[in-house]
Amino acid sequence: MMLYFKIQEFRLFAGRSLVLIMASVFLVAIASCNQSAPANKEVILATTTSTYDTGLLDVLVPDFQKKTGYVVKPIAVGTGQALALGERGEADVLLVHAPSSEKKLIESGAAIDRRLVMHNSFAIVGPAADPAGIRNSKDAVSAFKKIADSKVLFFSRGDDSGTDKMEKDLWKRAGARPDGPVYQETGQGMGATLRIASEKGGYTLTDRGTFLSQKKTLSLEVKVEGDPSLLNIYSVMLVNPEKYPKVNAQGARAFADYMVSRETQSIIQSFGLDKFGEALFVADAGKQEEDL
Amino acid sequence: MDVIWEGIGQALRLILSGDPDLLQIVFLSLVVSGSATVLSIIVGIPYGTLLALNRFAGRSFMLGLVNTGMGMPPVVVGLVLSIFLWRSGPLGFLNMLYTPVAMVVAQFLIATPIVTGVSMAAIAQLDPKLRLQMLGLGASRLQLLWVLFQEARLPLLTAVMAGFGGVISEVGSVIMVGGNIKGQTRVLTTAIVTETSRGSFGLAMALGVILLALAFGANLLLTLLQQKGRPVR
Repeated sequence: MMLYFKIQEFRLFAGRSLVLIMASVFLVAIASCNQSAPANKEVILATTTSTYDTGLLDVLVPDFQKKTGYVVKPIAVGTGQALALGERGEADVLLVHAPSSEKKLIESGAAIDRRLVMHNSFAIVGPAADPAGIRNSKDAVSAFKKIADSKVLFFSRGDDSGTDKMEKDLWKRAGARPDGPVYQETGQGMGATLRIASEKGGYTLTDRGTFLSQKKTLSLEVKVEGDPSLLNIYSVMLVNPEKYPKVNAQGARAFADYMVSRETQSIIQSFGLDKFGEALFVADAGKQEEDL
Repeated sequence: MDVIWEGIGQALRLILSGDPDLLQIVFLSLVVSGSATVLSIIVGIPYGTLLALNRFAGRSFMLGLVNTGMGMPPVVVGLVLSIFLWRSGPLGFLNMLYTPVAMVVAQFLIATPIVTGVSMAAIAQLDPKLRLQMLGLGASRLQLLWVLFQEARLPLLTAVMAGFGGVISEVGSVIMVGGNIKGQTRVLTTAIVTETSRGSFGLAMALGVILLALAFGANLLLTLLQQKGRPVR
């Protein structure tokens, strides 16, 4: 009997202390996060892996923070996910590269004030031996058709990113698409996908920025580029604060304004010159999409 | 293979140069995983002891939960916690997403079942006669627990090491709830992911070497503690 009571007591004791501990952990968590994070100073930027993997944001974000006092939280994901975060009001400002999806988001009212920031271009890259023989293709669509016809390995991001959307669009326009084992989805960012294509000797579609920044570690070369249909356009948009009241509207606007300011644009224009021998992006603020 | 040597060399150079970015990442890794482990000990050891010493309705169910939790995929923890912490989620008012606090909570959720499960096994494998004897000698509840913990000291420290090892090395949950933000929520594991995706394998490797060294250091410390005063059999 005695043992039984002891155990009963212990259970009570343990149960109570568990509740107490949980409660205190919770309180500490709330207290500390309120302290370290004044909500209005924080700007959540949903962006694509390419702005991040090239190192551009490592230059721009600290500069913006220093100039304005805001704290940016750049969440580098595929454009698809970045747009989804914007659509749910989970981010404040978006820096993405999928014009047709962006326009849909604007039409739906989830985002406002889309402004052109910069562009570079996509390129089709592949192994030096060029088994699909696309080197002298005059445009991207015919190169894609050759890739589909010659049943060579092609690596797709498969992550609904801006690059992935562009690739799917090119297959549609080519009216053909490889399937079966030669068409492989990596489900990862551009850097990882380039690596896989390089190791396995396949083709892939890449933005020039990421490719240039990693070229020296890859055994891939550019096969097709310069086609106007391979333009890769980055825009900045604000998540609509009228639709999502929790959005940091001022911070978002400050960041968007910063991105298109003259000083930032000149940083973008020269980004990569020292490191890669050529600029990774062309600054476009104030231009119209049709003029690119 | 070159990249491995390059990584080790770069790791040494980075450590010796005292690079502030690196120090910040290392510091944050230790703080986040350390606090998560401490919290998981505070909850897990009592809870494991409770499960080991008592028979009650629903115990098997609890055991099942703990055992499943020991293999909890960090990405699932990260995903579910992210959804809760979203602005539109039930805990959105906390403004906790993409902060180190959210990372501690995620790692706490990962480490607690591990610590609970291992400490339950530690206490349960003690000879039940010991308890009876202690109680027969008139030990109070706290005295009993104290003796049991003393007896199970070795496997309990294993519980701590397993918990810490589980969280210092995980990347799935911290990258989701922390966002891998440079200078704010980037830890060693997520920095390795970033540098790898940027093709900076040398730096990634260097960070890996540092992570391993840290994990080794922490475990060596605990092992020394564990083996202290233990007679050689």
